[in-house]
Amino acid sequence: MTLSPSDTDPAATSEMPSEPAPTPATPIGTTSNRRRQIGSVVLPPFLLGLGILGLWYAISYLVLAERRRFLLRPPHQVIEKGFLDTSTFSEILSGLVSSARVALIGLAIAIVLGMTIAVIMSQTKLAERAIFPYMVTLQAIPILAIVPLISFWFGTGQTSRVVVCVIIALFPIIVNTLFGLQSAERGAHDLFTLHHASRLTRLRKLMFPAALPAIFAGLRISAGLSVIGAVVGDFFFGRGDVGIGQLLRRYANRLQGEELLAAVIMTSALGVCVFWFFGWLQNRAVGKWYDPSSSGT
Amino acid sequence: MTSTSADAASSLRPSAGSLAFNEISMVFPDGTEAIDRVSFSVERGEFVTVVGPSGCGKSTLLKIASGLLEATAGTVEVDRERLGYVFQDATLLAWRTVQRNVELLAELHGFDAAERGRLATEAIQTVGLAGFENHYPRALSGGMKMRASLARTLTLKPPVFLFDEPFGAVDEITREHLNEETQRLFVAEGFAGLFITHSISEAVYMSSRVLVMSARPGRIVAEFEVPFDYPRPRDLRFEPEFARLSGEISHALRGGHS
Ligand SMILES: Nc1ncnc2c1ncn2[C@@H]1O[C@H](COP(=O)(O)OP(=O)(O)OP(=O)(O)O)[C@@H](O)[C@H]1O
Ligand SMILES: [Mg+2]
Repeated sequence: MTLSPSDTDPAATSEMPSEPAPTPATPIGTTSNRRRQIGSVVLPPFLLGLGILGLWYAISYLVLAERRRFLLRPPHQVIEKGFLDTSTFSEILSGLVSSARVALIGLAIAIVLGMTIAVIMSQTKLAERAIFPYMVTLQAIPILAIVPLISFWFGTGQTSRVVVCVIIALFPIIVNTLFGLQSAERGAHDLFTLHHASRLTRLRKLMFPAALPAIFAGLRISAGLSVIGAVVGDFFFGRGDVGIGQLLRRYANRLQGEELLAAVIMTSALGVCVFWFFGWLQNRAVGKWYDPSSSGT
Repeated sequence: MTSTSADAASSLRPSAGSLAFNEISMVFPDGTEAIDRVSFSVERGEFVTVVGPSGCGKSTLLKIASGLLEATAGTVEVDRERLGYVFQDATLLAWRTVQRNVELLAELHGFDAAERGRLATEAIQTVGLAGFENHYPRALSGGMKMRASLARTLTLKPPVFLFDEPFGAVDEITREHLNEETQRLFVAEGFAGLFITHSISEAVYMSSRVLVMSARPGRIVAEFEVPFDYPRPRDLRFEPEFARLSGEISHALRGGHS
């Protein structure tokens, strides 16, 4: 038996969206209108950027006396010595790559470890209650306080840098994954119960997919933290590859203001890229179905 | 329909497509008395609706029937293997398209992909959602979500069908259309239907029998046979007999006095 919406059900017909799926409202307007909108998005930060550059120049030339100008070199000198000088710039880049690799390895370990812990916590209330206080404690320890301990145990090589990343990136992954796993609706759980779903089936087909938006949100935070961890670790641990932390320290010690600023700018750029990349990944993974405005359907 | 009478042991089990409550009482751990000695049964080919004031234990009754809750006293006889249960909310999985949502139960019951696809396509046709297979729930209206939810349950071709105020959240017009579709399904499949609603007109239009529950603790206080033949025309709602019966039920709901 078939009921076609066209003849039996005016309601269904009226419900039919004319497009395959409603997309978030995009501004419709004339070209000049759109240009004006782009202008309104791009112009304010651009103007502020100009203002900051102006301020920078003013401090370099008007506030700082000649002999103290090394504290803040004017922008064009930073570009000249930090970015256009090939040997310096490639030194900064290779430091960045080394630190990025450490951050990535640390993040990967934190993801595997954190998600495993979160899954265990989601399966029994007992495990959740037992583990949670320690997670909070771990989170509360300032990373600098355990750096000596880490170097004591793991030396001052690459391993220690990775350990710092793992420790700093772990908590958001656990918390977000756990929150996500517990976010599946009561009704959906009932449905799985009614149809005798096994624990594993429930985890794979209900809890885990429901957790994805939260997991990606956590991933984004942890990725940023992992970069910070890699830089901080590299700053304190001298053995192994020279990362961006070592460079920052070296440039600061030698009063190389231009190089120091260039390294700082490049480090922020890495952080921004990582944040942007994981945002993109999140959108790719759950953007099609996730509706942040409603908690359920 | 042939009824197979076998040995004594199997005669104790419910016949396919029937549901019986025997002296069911429910007291929640916090002391809330939700249901008080409710007994009735729904046979195959019967559509029974329970109406009652909010909080009188209607949902609790369905949860007990489905096994989601254990009654504190009394027994339920029902075959839970392929029980259909449509919740008040659509409870679609947001990350699955309509097609994959409708396939879910067949998936949980271990049907292979081809069979799943076939069952889902058929059910989607039946509820009039053809063309929306690849939409995600967030792109559906409330009424369409309810259809998808109904289709999901239909894939199991359940002999016993529980509905917990499935159309409570949709507008009047959509509700009437969903009522008609559900009634057609009932006529075609002849399942045993147990339906919950707050709407008296919905109750009379859909059911072969209407049970009235009292306020908490819920008790069955009145029972009405609905004499109209299936399938029922849409305009039945405007017949004097329909109005008279609705009036009686409404009276019983208010506790039998004015
Ligand atoms: N888990 C629970 N623990 C304690 N009390 C509960 C629980 N579930 C339901 N109740 C109580 O049992 C009573 C019946 O609840 P139920 O959900 O069955 O009502 P209902 O008739 O379906 O109401 P409505 O028409 O509003 O859906 C209510 O008073 C409710 O507060
Ligand atoms: Mg209810």
